[in-house]
Amino acid sequence: MTNADQSKIRNFCIIAHIDHGKSTLADRIIESTGLLTSREMQAQVLDNMDLERERGITIKSQAVRTIYKAKDGNEYVFNLIDTPGHVDFNYEVSRSLAACDGAILVVDAAQGIEAQTLANVYLALDHDLDVFPVINKIDLPSADPDRVVNEIEDVIGIEAMDAPRISAKNGIGIDEVLEQVVAKIPSPKGNADAPLKALIFDSIYDSYKGAIVFIRLMDGRISRGTPVKLMATKAEFEVVEVGYFGAGQFIPCDELSAGMVGYFTASIKNVSDTRVGDTVTNSKEPCDKPLAGYKKVLSMVYCGMYPADGAKYPDLRDALEKLKLNDASLNYEPETSIALGFGFRCGFLGLLHLEVVQERLEREYNLDLVTTAPGVIYKVYKTNGSVIELTNPSNLPDPSEIDYMEEPVVNAEIMVTKEYVGPIMELCQERRGKYISMEYIEASRALIKYELPLNEIIYDFFDALKSRSRGYASFDYELKGYERANLLKLDILVNHEEVDALSFIVHADTAYERGRKMCEKLKEEIPRHLFEIPIQAAVGGKIIARETVKAMRKDVLAKCYGGDITRKKKLLEKQKEGKKRMRQIGNVEIPQKAFMSVLKLDEDK
Amino acid sequence: MGKRKKMGLYIHIPFCLKKCNYCDFVSFKADNETKESYMKALLLELRDMPEKYCFDPKEYIISSVYIGGGTPSTMEGSQIYELLKRVRDNYRLSKDAEITIEINPGTVENDSLEIYRQAGLNRISIGLQSANPKELALLGRIHSFEDFKKCYHMVRNKGFDNVNVDIMTALPGQSLEKLGNTLRQLMTLGPDHISAYSLIIEPGTAFYKDYSEGGSRESELPGEEEERRLYYYTRDFLKEWGYHQYEISNFAKKGKESKHNSAYWRRQPYIGLGLNASSLMKEIRYKNTPSTKDYLKDSNNTSSFVENIVLSKEEQMDEFMFLGLRMNRGVFKADFERQFNALLLKRYGEVIKKLLKEELIEEDKERIRLTYKGMDYGNYVFSNFYLGDY
Repeated sequence: MTNADQSKIRNFCIIAHIDHGKSTLADRIIESTGLLTSREMQAQVLDNMDLERERGITIKSQAVRTIYKAKDGNEYVFNLIDTPGHVDFNYEVSRSLAACDGAILVVDAAQGIEAQTLANVYLALDHDLDVFPVINKIDLPSADPDRVVNEIEDVIGIEAMDAPRISAKNGIGIDEVLEQVVAKIPSPKGNADAPLKALIFDSIYDSYKGAIVFIRLMDGRISRGTPVKLMATKAEFEVVEVGYFGAGQFIPCDELSAGMVGYFTASIKNVSDTRVGDTVTNSKEPCDKPLAGYKKVLSMVYCGMYPADGAKYPDLRDALEKLKLNDASLNYEPETSIALGFGFRCGFLGLLHLEVVQERLEREYNLDLVTTAPGVIYKVYKTNGSVIELTNPSNLPDPSEIDYMEEPVVNAEIMVTKEYVGPIMELCQERRGKYISMEYIEASRALIKYELPLNEIIYDFFDALKSRSRGYASFDYELKGYERANLLKLDILVNHEEVDALSFIVHADTAYERGRKMCEKLKEEIPRHLFEIPIQAAVGGKIIARETVKAMRKDVLAKCYGGDITRKKKLLEKQKEGKKRMRQIGNVEIPQKAFMSVLKLDEDK
Repeated sequence: MGKRKKMGLYIHIPFCLKKCNYCDFVSFKADNETKESYMKALLLELRDMPEKYCFDPKEYIISSVYIGGGTPSTMEGSQIYELLKRVRDNYRLSKDAEITIEINPGTVENDSLEIYRQAGLNRISIGLQSANPKELALLGRIHSFEDFKKCYHMVRNKGFDNVNVDIMTALPGQSLEKLGNTLRQLMTLGPDHISAYSLIIEPGTAFYKDYSEGGSRESELPGEEEERRLYYYTRDFLKEWGYHQYEISNFAKKGKESKHNSAYWRRQPYIGLGLNASSLMKEIRYKNTPSTKDYLKDSNNTSSFVENIVLSKEEQMDEFMFLGLRMNRGVFKADFERQFNALLLKRYGEVIKKLLKEELIEEDKERIRLTYKGMDYGNYVFSNFYLGDY
């Protein structure tokens, strides 16, 4: 479809709190618009990474174009751009929003507005998008759509009386959603005859075509042969192919013009040239100024990633480079550890982001990784007046050189039903939270605001929140700034040798407790050796906790199983396999997962 | 015609009057009809073994036969006789071959022992496990110590001059005193060979539920420290009484080491006939099915294999090392070099250096062997020699 009648184009996304049914609604829209038959539909078409489908979450923005024949008799082009729902991926949401003209807000008819519903709506309104609500899961026994409609109008302040009441899962009410897309999402208002101006909202790498760049055209046209320039990187190319997004496939076409969403390729081999958020223009006839783009996202959580097999270091580097191409929020730089060798200090938006990247590296790039405990960026004010931003605990200067330290603090909003207010506030207090306010959104639900140190929430706060509220609490946060805190570096010594990769920064008040738990945890993780292994936690050279891994007294099979040597070999092989997942520190073998132990210190609470 | 190569023959009889609580071998109670059909299947496998295991019987001489189980003595004496007759009729059996049968007290009579003699059996292995009545009951044994003694004397009176007795250590609640008592009682009888195995709680056994990790009675098992004390005690006690240790769990009077078991550790070829039996022939490891039904149907052809693994040269070398090291004599460098036409130190130099440092092995000009400490950590030592690069 090269016809550039923008009034027949709708570029939109779906926003929702996690699990409110965003991906399911996207599937139904694609299905109902007839681009795919039901038979071709694999559940959740948009989530095409294995990992996404398994975890049931949407990680990467994806787009799909469908044709909808509306009741007014016209055919409309729908460009549906999928967005992630989790708080960690706000940046990705922001990218998708910039390519849209409107958004569907999905709210669960039983759960109502949640913390991420609010966060995403505000994000959409920030981008000047028109938002219309949809009440999903009306088939649930606990559904109360009237209440939710009131909530949306009261809390968010957008019209919701005529919001479609649907069940995406059972295909109820989808037609009404499609009609409202036509009626309520504005059509693009670009100028096809103006110089090319397009926003890069994503890109992926294809080993044959090079980078495939996902764009939203604001003005102008692009087709095969168009000389393009990427304004931020100043790289220039000649377009080889343009096209739009089928369901899970790329469909080439002759031309893309203002208001349209699609992709182009230009034999771009260097992945770093196509920066998401950059503006594409025609190098012969450039536009006057680039689009605003996105604000640079700051990594909030850092950890060390090392290849389990040191020889795989170049592979890890290449894999990170490829991931970075369509995940601008991932940062990394090389570092070395005495314990783990060569690796990278990587920055993430949050812990889920970290886990997703880790899993993608392991699955898609077949890497075996050792990951150190995640931490945040601390500001270290030295006595000589200089300030360093500390991402790796082992780089902490000597205490005598430190004047004071600051840690990042977030504004957290927690939405929870009345009966769990007590336990949740208790949790926030335990995590060194500073109470700000509490208001009741409706009679039974409260919005609690706290200031929390980021390092108290990156590990297991979300899990603790869920368990103390029986799953009813929802949570969102944004960085507030840095505040002074009494922080210490906790070192771990295994068999009297300091293991740099196990060091972490703690608040002075919890140092003893954490040190003790860390030793206990490591005692469980480190297998017994032929000799006794002391595990010690130390602060500034002073031992504050100790555990001992007792020496193994025997490891022998008395039995001979007749001549069944194969069985014996299987046992030896198992033993051997176990060793492969170990790191040799001095003469102690430490299992790789022990380096993540600090994450699990509160598990037994 | 060149010199024939030695091979072992193992024959598995999976039948028992009652399965013991610790036993994870393929064994069960069976009626006469099942035993008859099993016999037929065994004889077929014996007849066709050159084809099934791809070897030329003219190149081999059987230097040991071991009839194990289960409880082989639950078969009729005549059946055992028939088996050994067929071995002799169809294959070359060495004149000084060691021919062993496992028996349990209460399953043999004077008559059957007489038939064993005539069949050519010259070594008897009796399952005792313990002289303590409570321990015997706990293990699920069907006999008392008195029954055992009666059986032992019967065997001796028939003139068998090579008798092994199996005992077990690391039993629940076993103290040095209880173990000492079992050993002392045994010394009054003076067997030629003693196998002393530590109890291992295996999945699928009656013991597993109660005694495995987290089980309700796990705490009754001796801890590692105690288990080692029982093991050292056994070793020292038997040494005192003239039994020398030649393998981790095996002790013998001079000249009475089991040839058949040693053949496993020395990687001599052997064929295992019967249910779930293992074989090593021409550097291929085979294993028969554990399913009676499948075995009865296919005993003499290759579809009864559940394992059929061709060993690479490296894998053979690794086996040579970790099997050889089980024996107190250790492995001889010259043997390795002759068999593989390669230097032992070239492949294992690093491993040996490390294990020497850890005092788990000792090395002299001729050979390498486990130290006493190394025997405690056998698996660790063996896994180091299992390079796994095949």
